[in-house]
Amino acid sequence: MLDQWLFLALLLPLGFILPAVPIALSRLVGPRKSNPMKDSAYECGVETVGDTWVQFKVQYYIFALVFVVFDVEAVFLFPWAAAYDRLQLYMVLEGILFILILAAGLVYAWRKGNLEWV
Amino acid sequence: MTQDPVGWLGQLIHTFLVSLGLAPEWARALQAFLAAGALATAVLLLTFFLIWVERKILARLQDRLGPNRVGPYGLFQTIADAIKLVLKEVIVPSGADRVLYFLAPPLAVMSVVGLWGVVPLAPKLVGADINVGVIYLISIGAIGTLAVMLAGWSSNNKYALLGAFRTVAMLISYEVPMVVALLVPTMLAGSMGTVEIVERQREMWFVVLAPIAALLFFISSMAEAGKAPFDLLEAESEIVAGYNIEYSSMAFGMFFVGEFLHGFTIAALTVALFFGGWLGPGVDRFPLLGLVYFALKSAVVYFVVIWIRGTLPRLRIDQVNAFNWKFLVPLSLATVAATAVTDKLAAGLGWSRTLALLGVNGVLALATIVALTLYARSVRRRKARAERRIGAAATARG
Repeated sequence: MLDQWLFLALLLPLGFILPAVPIALSRLVGPRKSNPMKDSAYECGVETVGDTWVQFKVQYYIFALVFVVFDVEAVFLFPWAAAYDRLQLYMVLEGILFILILAAGLVYAWRKGNLEWV
Repeated sequence: MTQDPVGWLGQLIHTFLVSLGLAPEWARALQAFLAAGALATAVLLLTFFLIWVERKILARLQDRLGPNRVGPYGLFQTIADAIKLVLKEVIVPSGADRVLYFLAPPLAVMSVVGLWGVVPLAPKLVGADINVGVIYLISIGAIGTLAVMLAGWSSNNKYALLGAFRTVAMLISYEVPMVVALLVPTMLAGSMGTVEIVERQREMWFVVLAPIAALLFFISSMAEAGKAPFDLLEAESEIVAGYNIEYSSMAFGMFFVGEFLHGFTIAALTVALFFGGWLGPGVDRFPLLGLVYFALKSAVVYFVVIWIRGTLPRLRIDQVNAFNWKFLVPLSLATVAATAVTDKLAAGLGWSRTLALLGVNGVLALATIVALTLYARSVRRRKARAERRIGAAATARG
């Protein structure tokens, strides 16, 4: 088992380093002539007005909240699904009850209008 | 020897390394390093070919020729492009967060290469056979979202930031039906390990037992990969390019390597989880035949991905999110519940079990279509009534 995790522990850094090499290479080989015009933010020729790191709509935050609720609860369902072969029928029904609670959360968010894009 | 060529090769290398005077544990570690390097390199080299395939097929779908100058059938076009990109200047926009700016492109590639670590390529040929393979897939896939967010944030550009925000709203939304749809193969196989999931499809592919879950997984992972019609994160007609506007040279190229590779990766994952992976006739006698089956099946699914990309126009952000939350998520919850109950009731019935699961999926699909039809009709009625009211008001005013 530990062997398998060692493989992944080696694969992930390699997956990071291999694409980093061409970027470093292009930093070495490519020309380096910078001027203020070239380095300015690209907005189709219009100069940027104000701060670029703007505050943004709360809408995105609400979607993120709904997502967190669902994802965390879905992760709780994985042990149930992995042990499915050994479950009795009533245990399966208990899992379904959990899914129904999840669905109730979705209905709540829907009725509150949190799923509408405004 | 023919039964397990990979294990035989591994044993050979191990014996060789130990004979050089290396301790067995260190030899194992070195072997793991070599294997990981081989997998990562192979996957990244595959991308050169995939970019050509995708451009060529897309061109044919749009009645064009596609790349056809460099090399036979334009096969070396990608290599020429890569050389050109390396020779270009890396521009860092003023005011950018330099560390995050250069962290993002390799991270985007890493999240895709990491996925290949648990994809079973052939019998006994898999990067890592871990017992939480499905959760690993979800968590490593989520790093891609992080890379896009880093790129959009660090570029010091409003359009890039807008693209990144959209991405976060869309990618995390589509993760929900994907995670829930992944419960179905986990349940049918009784394990979260990808190797075990493929192994358990010997009797019947999971796409037959759970066609709706397969479709849900396919659609939501297409959104995760940012393939059209879900390519909002780089809508060139709306926000010039999205999160990667300020990137140039190979830093830009790496985002595209990640994206093209992700397209093939979702095809491979769909095949492994639902289409029997490397299973096929004669695979037990010649294990390497499994690699051929796996590649062929993945190629077919990959073609469908490109086909959809070439056919459908880009969706609007509100449509994308409504489609996810109001259609995919409820359907995925219903699929899991229906599959769980039916499979438990029909356990040990042999062929009748397959028929029962197919029947439940059919009923579910039918119910979905009926519900959609009724909903569309009510929307049409409401619209017509509103128009009539406006018309009446206009006549009353004279």
